[in-house]
Amino acid sequence: MHELTLAEIARALAGKRFSAEELATTLLERIRQLDPQLNSFITVTADQALEQARAADTRRAAGDTGVLLGAPIAHKDLFCTKGVRTSCASKILDNFVSPYDATVVEKLAAAGTVSLGKLNMDEFAMGSASESSYYGAVKNPWDISRVPGGSSGGSAAAVAARLIPAATATDTGGSIRQPAALTGLTGIKPTYGRVSRWGMIAYASSLDQGGPLARTAEDCALLLGGMAGFDTKDSTSIDQPLDDYLAALAKPLTGLRIGLPQEYFGAGLDNRIADKVMAVVEELKKLGATIKEISLPNMQHAIPAYYVIAPAEASSNLSRFDGVRFGYRCENPTDLTDLYKRSRAEGFGAEVKRRIMVGTYALSAGYYDAYYLKAQKIRRLIKDDFSAAFKDVDLILGPTTPNLAWKLGEKNADPVSAYLEDIYTITANLAGIPGLSMPAGFIDGLPVGVQLLAPYFQEARLLNVAHQYQQVTDWHRQAPNGF
Amino acid sequence: MQWETVIGLEIHAQLSTRSKIFSGSATTFGAAPNTQASLLDLAMPGTLPVLNAEAVRMACLFGLAIDAEIGAKNVFARKNYFYPDLPKGYQTSQMDHPIVGKGHLDIALEDGTIKRIGITRAHLEEDAGKSLHEDFHGMSGIDLNRAGTPLLEIVSEPDIRSAKEAVAYVKSIHALVRYLGICDGNMAEGSLRCDCNVSVRPKGQAAFGTRAEIKNVNSFRFIEKAINHEVQRQIDLIEDGSKVIQETRLYDPNKDETRSMRSKEEANDYRYFPCPDLLPVTIEHNYLQQLRSELPELPAQKCERFESQFGLSAYDASVLSASREMANYFEQVQRVCDDAKLAANWVMVELASLLNKDGLEIEQSPVSAEQLGDMILRIKDSTISGKIAKMVFEAMAAGEGSADEIIEKKGLKQVTDSSAIEAMLDEVLAANAAQVEQYRSSDEAKRGKMFGFFVGQAMKASKGKANPQQVNELLKHKLEG
Repeated sequence: MHELTLAEIARALAGKRFSAEELATTLLERIRQLDPQLNSFITVTADQALEQARAADTRRAAGDTGVLLGAPIAHKDLFCTKGVRTSCASKILDNFVSPYDATVVEKLAAAGTVSLGKLNMDEFAMGSASESSYYGAVKNPWDISRVPGGSSGGSAAAVAARLIPAATATDTGGSIRQPAALTGLTGIKPTYGRVSRWGMIAYASSLDQGGPLARTAEDCALLLGGMAGFDTKDSTSIDQPLDDYLAALAKPLTGLRIGLPQEYFGAGLDNRIADKVMAVVEELKKLGATIKEISLPNMQHAIPAYYVIAPAEASSNLSRFDGVRFGYRCENPTDLTDLYKRSRAEGFGAEVKRRIMVGTYALSAGYYDAYYLKAQKIRRLIKDDFSAAFKDVDLILGPTTPNLAWKLGEKNADPVSAYLEDIYTITANLAGIPGLSMPAGFIDGLPVGVQLLAPYFQEARLLNVAHQYQQVTDWHRQAPNGF
Repeated sequence: MQWETVIGLEIHAQLSTRSKIFSGSATTFGAAPNTQASLLDLAMPGTLPVLNAEAVRMACLFGLAIDAEIGAKNVFARKNYFYPDLPKGYQTSQMDHPIVGKGHLDIALEDGTIKRIGITRAHLEEDAGKSLHEDFHGMSGIDLNRAGTPLLEIVSEPDIRSAKEAVAYVKSIHALVRYLGICDGNMAEGSLRCDCNVSVRPKGQAAFGTRAEIKNVNSFRFIEKAINHEVQRQIDLIEDGSKVIQETRLYDPNKDETRSMRSKEEANDYRYFPCPDLLPVTIEHNYLQQLRSELPELPAQKCERFESQFGLSAYDASVLSASREMANYFEQVQRVCDDAKLAANWVMVELASLLNKDGLEIEQSPVSAEQLGDMILRIKDSTISGKIAKMVFEAMAAGEGSADEIIEKKGLKQVTDSSAIEAMLDEVLAANAAQVEQYRSSDEAKRGKMFGFFVGQAMKASKGKANPQQVNELLKHKLEG
């Protein structure tokens, strides 16, 4: 059962080959046996899962044919789940039981999905290795001495190891696409505003976007269909009709114009990854696509701009974790200042503190113009680069990451080297456009990802191209040894 | 040395929306602690703000009323600082792009002149909660009911030159927001609070002196006292050879003094930046046009109309138009009795002193506008004299019924029967024969003074009920004769 994709599960459940309860039971057992190697779950909600599964079976028996009915998933642990600990992988929220459900959680529950638990991640989604979690590092199922990427590393590891067929995740600078690439999965970061952020604990509000991680584009289409949509509770959510992602998958690629940005193939990119990317291009040509070289001249400024804007927003967003109303509070505070200082000093991990300090500095009087405003200008330039490029091409294609999954602890001494791993993914967040990563082969037994970028609200196009590619390749069908 | 005072005011007006500026919680005053605090007001992780359109409408109304530019695109910003009653660790406010830009308000000074006070800007922001330091055995309590209540912060230019002007300005703003129906103006409950920026400079000097900001003064009386105290403190400092330092001070009404709260060096760096959870608000021209057509008659317009339509003095007109309730009351009295001057006098003198004595607002007046108007009609048709009317008014205030009922019940109807008055006068003159002699032998000037004595005696004898005009005429006749 665990080998089935979400779409296959949907068909099996509809055909009554097994029940949602049987499936949930099987997967819970797999998590119990295998997850200790991976550390992908922070919380397993077995009782609640079985209850949801039985409810889904009851609904099906009553004639409900919802496509996600009984589908087992799990949520990245920054989506608020009522009555269940929502930790953001931080000590500061270790004792936080959310009093409400995130919109994404609520929508997926209403669609009949079965949530098996909460997934590990980088603390407050800050990181690209999932090593900064208070609950310990997540391991890559393809090589457990290596990182699964981040920040949605728990989501990626759990899906790649077939513990669950799909998971929710979020992407602020690449946190869906980069772990997808490093674990051989398909993941899509939708257009900013497509998926509600209500109940999604904020890292950088203007960049954060929820999306699915799964093995196939078809599964991403299924899950995204259940997550996306306008939400009056999120002022940045956009009131735009939802495309039928599943229906769009079958569209042929004839005439598709793909742009290859020269900046994505420069120094820093592992040559072996470049070769894999070009092999994908050849496949897509066979499917009818045409290729054009393009330029995104301001890409080089993306990382510095991101590391001003995201920490600036984070420094403010994380102020509410002050030990006053919820979350961790230090022992025996002597006064208010002591309460604040020690609760936060003891409650946040090193990377979170680093970004809070960077962001605080960037917003300080006298530095605001030089950092924050300058970064916003770069952001505008990057948006303009994409607008210009999309006049000539329908999609942009390149590597998702410059390197393969690295060894646990390898980049700990040098945070900037880890920041540079997001070089190809960050621009989509700054511009707000959708991006997808899909498996493109293996190097030394480690997965390689290719990234597709599209204009605003063209998630359906991204899923369509990835799906067509997956019809003629089987990278997405490979399973890691031992899982 | 001659000193000049320079004052600029920041007024926080709580907008009377039913729900908070970014959440659906109610804004009612006085509810049990934390019963009006939603997930957002508690700053629960993952919660997001949604702007209350009604707060925007109210801010726009204010902008239109002060003839201000209204920002076509206005932006919410975060003001970051840590305090337990600020649950998010930042206040959502407006910085570079406030909803209301430059405008002005004309105020009437005591000498009857009109002064224009510039208004720099007015912006929307959320209120904080309250920290409660009593009754918690050494700990502090936090009530977040007020957190997220919409405020309009109205910032004046440093155009104000005295504590009295400052009070006149705050009263005008107070009247205006109540006319517009955007703030209940209840200063005791903190619905309208005032920060006063005060500095002094030698008369004739163009540059401003160093200012101190007195935070959160919440009554007209305290504004005047706090400013006067602060001005004197600053003058004393400078004249003693020291300097005023830029700082925030608190006014203590019990001791009638201001004391330092924090200096400029200790001030927070608020790290303002545009709030990424809220989109810029675009105010469309048509929307403003629609609002403009809904604007009520404003205090200044009403004041002008009272002068031109009713022939009232500028001072009377400004007092009567100071609040919407006062103006409505006056106009209702006027409609009933059709005599604006009598109506104005009764509202401004007898009614005002009655309300003042009992600490009542005009809408709580025990005498209704209709009752007062009816009573004035009885003065006009000579049923009662002005003096008797005061007794009738007091009886009405005590709830003894309408003017007619009271006049009837107490037998206060004026005596206009000449023969009865004459008989009464004869008795009075007989009882004061010596004074009559004296009168008759005096010159014109002295007679004038003595005449009043006889009128007084006569009115006393009639228990005030004799028609004063008739008493005058008949008395003159009898004394001269």
